Amino acid sequence: MNWRRLWAVVIKELRQLRRDRITLGMIVGVPIVQLMLFGYAINLNPRHLPAAIADQAQTSGSRQLVMDLLATGVIEPVANARSPQQLMIMLRRGEISVGVVIPRDFERRRTQGEEAVQVLVDGSDTVVQNAAIQLAQMPLTYVPAQPRGAAGRGASVPLPQLPISVVAFYNPQRVSAINIVPGLIGIILTMTMVMFTAISIVRERERGNMELLIATPVSSAELMLGKVLPYGVIGLIQTSLVLLAGVLLFQVPIRGSLLDVYWSAILLILANLSLGLLISTRAQSQFQAMQMTFFVFVPSILLSGFMFPFEGMPKPAQWIAEFLPLTHFLRLIRGVMLRGADLSELWPDWLALVVFIVLMMTLAIARFRKRLD
Amino acid sequence: METDIAIRARDLSKKFGALRAVDNLNLTVNHRQVYGFLGPNGSGKSTSIRMLCGLLTPSAGEIEVLGLRIPEQAEELRRHIGYMTQQFSLFTDLTLRENLDFLAAVQNLPSAQARQRVEELLQEYGFAGRAEQMAATLSGGQKQRLALAGSVIHKPELLFLDEPTSAVDPESRRDFWEKLFELADAGTTILVSSHYMDEAERCHRLAILDHGRLVADGSPAALTGALEGRTLEVRAERPRHAKQVLLQVPGVISAAQIGNSLRVLCEETDDCAARIERAFGERQVRAEVRPTVPSLEDVFVAATSQAPEEPVGEGS
Ligand SMILES: Nc1ncnc2c1ncn2[C@@H]1O[C@H](COP(=O)(O)OP(=O)(O)OP(=O)(O)O)[C@@H](O)[C@H]1O
Ligand SMILES: [Mg+2]
Repeated sequence: MNWRRLWAVVIKELRQLRRDRITLGMIVGVPIVQLMLFGYAINLNPRHLPAAIADQAQTSGSRQLVMDLLATGVIEPVANARSPQQLMIMLRRGEISVGVVIPRDFERRRTQGEEAVQVLVDGSDTVVQNAAIQLAQMPLTYVPAQPRGAAGRGASVPLPQLPISVVAFYNPQRVSAINIVPGLIGIILTMTMVMFTAISIVRERERGNMELLIATPVSSAELMLGKVLPYGVIGLIQTSLVLLAGVLLFQVPIRGSLLDVYWSAILLILANLSLGLLISTRAQSQFQAMQMTFFVFVPSILLSGFMFPFEGMPKPAQWIAEFLPLTHFLRLIRGVMLRGADLSELWPDWLALVVFIVLMMTLAIARFRKRLD
Repeated sequence: METDIAIRARDLSKKFGALRAVDNLNLTVNHRQVYGFLGPNGSGKSTSIRMLCGLLTPSAGEIEVLGLRIPEQAEELRRHIGYMTQQFSLFTDLTLRENLDFLAAVQNLPSAQARQRVEELLQEYGFAGRAEQMAATLSGGQKQRLALAGSVIHKPELLFLDEPTSAVDPESRRDFWEKLFELADAGTTILVSSHYMDEAERCHRLAILDHGRLVADGSPAALTGALEGRTLEVRAERPRHAKQVLLQVPGVISAAQIGNSLRVLCEETDDCAARIERAFGERQVRAEVRPTVPSLEDVFVAATSQAPEEPVGEGS
C-alpha cells in the first residue's frame, strides 16, 4: 500500500464526483425524496382512517372506550351509525374503512371476558386490516383505573390475541416516522452505496480507463480503497442529512449516543461499499451492475425487518435476512436511536457487520485482477 | 548480443474461444529501436501488445520483456513501461493537468518532481495555457498527444503505442513522430502499431501481422528489397478494363488503380511482365507495362494476401 498512490486515487475520484451532477444530485436527492416518501406519503401505520361507530350499549364504559379509540388517532369518525347493518352498507359504499360495533350487552361480555367489541374493516386493504386488528387489541386490555403502559399486563381480562408487538411498545403513539427514519438511513445507504461503487468501477472499465490504470503500478488494494474512502464520506453526509431531517421534521428521538449512531452507519457503509466492489468485479456493464445491486436491494427492503416485523417472517426468510447487512444495521440503529441501547450490548450485530466487511473486501480485492481476461 | 534485446516472444499464442487472435508469434525487439507493428484490422496487433505488457495472459508461448518473465513479473515491469491504449483512456472529466498529476502520482514521482514534470510535459506537448481545459473537449489528435504525454510521464525505458496516430492529420502525425524519435534518441525503445505506410517507413524494423501470424519481419529496406522485380506499373487508356484483364493473368497478386495508372504486384516468377503483355495483346488492351520500385504498401499487400494454410479467425 502506497499512500501517495492511494491519495491520488481518492483525489481523482472526488474531482470526478464534483463534476458529475447526476450523482451529486442523487447523493442529496435520494435521502430527501425517500424521507418525504416514507415519512409522509407511505404511512405503514395509517392514521385518520374514515370510520363510523355504532355504540348500542351507551354506558359510561362504552363511551370511555369510544373516546379511547378516537384518541389513538388511527380512526376518525366521519359518519353516525346505529346498527351493524348500517355500518356494512357504508363499508360497501367505501364511505368508511372501519366500522366499530359496541353491542347492547357490552358490559356483561367484558366482565365475562368474551368478545365485547366488533370491528368491521374493509379487508381489501391489508394495511387497514392490520390497523384494525391492532385497534381491536387495545380497548379489550384497557382498564380505566390503571395507567396504559401497565394495562396489558395488569388486566384481569385475558388477551384475546397476540400481545402488542415490540415495535409498538416503543412507539406507543404509532407515529410511523419515528420507526421508519432510523431504518431509512439503512435503506438509503444500501441503495446508494452499493450502486455508487459498483458503477464507478464498471464505468471505468466501459470507458477504457481501466486498461490504462492496470498498466500502471497502482495496486488492486489502492484502487479499491481509493474508491471506498470518498464514497464512505458521502455515506456519512447522507446519514447526517436523514438524521437532521428526521429530528427536525419528524421529531425522531436519538435516545442512545450520537457516536454509536455514526459507528453503526460507518459499519453499514463499509459493508455496502465492499459489496459494491465485489459486484464490480463481476459486472460487465453498468446495466449489469445496476441489476446486481437490485438483486441485493430488494431482499434487503423486504426481509431486513424494515417493511415487516422480523419475528413474523418464516424461518428460511429469517436465515436469508441474517446475511443481509441491512438486517443487522436495523437492529443496531433501532436499538441505539429508539431504545437508547449501547453498542456494546448489541455486539452480535456489529460483529456480523465487521465479518461481512472483511469477507467482502478480501473477496473483492482477490477477485479484482490487474488483467483484461 | 543478448543484453541488447528489449522484447522477446517465443511461439506466442492467444485464443479467444475458437478464434486464434495471435498464432505462434515470434518476435525480437532490440533496445533503442522504433519497432513497427503493421497488420489489417483484427490481425492481433492490440492483443499482442496487451500480452507483451502483461495485461492479457497468453494461451501459449514465452515472453521476456526487459529481462522480466511475463506475465509472472508483470507488476515489476509496469514501472518501466508506458502504454498508450488504442482508445483514449485518460479521464475525460478531468482537466489536462489533473490527468497528468494523477498519472505522475500513480507512477510514484515525488510531489515536487511531479509538478515540474507535468509543467514540462504541458509545454513540450503544446498544451501551454490549456492545462485547465477538460480532456473531453480536446480534439482527436490533441487527445492522442495528451495520451502520449501521459504515457511518458515517468520516462519509461519501453513504450507501447497502440495506433497512436489514428485520427491525426498528416501534419500532426509528422510532429508526433518527431516526438517519438526524440524519445528513441533519449534511449526509449518504442513498439508502435499503425495502419499508415509512411509511418511504417520510418520504423527501424517492422513486423507485419495477418490473422494473428507474423507474415513479414525486417527493416523497411530489407522488406521492400525482397520484392525487387515483382512490382510493375501499367499505364492504360482504360485502366478499369485493364485491371479486369490483369487480375485474370496467373501470377498477379493485386492490381490497384492510382489515378490513370495501375500498380501491379506479381508472384515470384520471372515472366510475369511478359504474361501480362501477352494477355493485353490477346484482349487488345492498349497499355504500357514497366517495372517500378517496390513500396511498403506492396510489402503489406504481398504479405497479407497470402491465404492462410487453414482458415482462421473471422474468415475475412
Ligand atoms: N477480449 C476478446 N474476446 C474475444 N475476441 C477478442 C478479444 N479481443 C480481441 N478479440 C479478437 O481478436 C482478434 C484480434 O483483435 P486485435 O484487437 O488484436 O486486432 P488489431 O490488430 O488490434 O485490430 P485493429 O487494427 O482493428 O485495432 C479480433 O478478431 C478480435 O475480434
Ligand atoms: Mg488494435
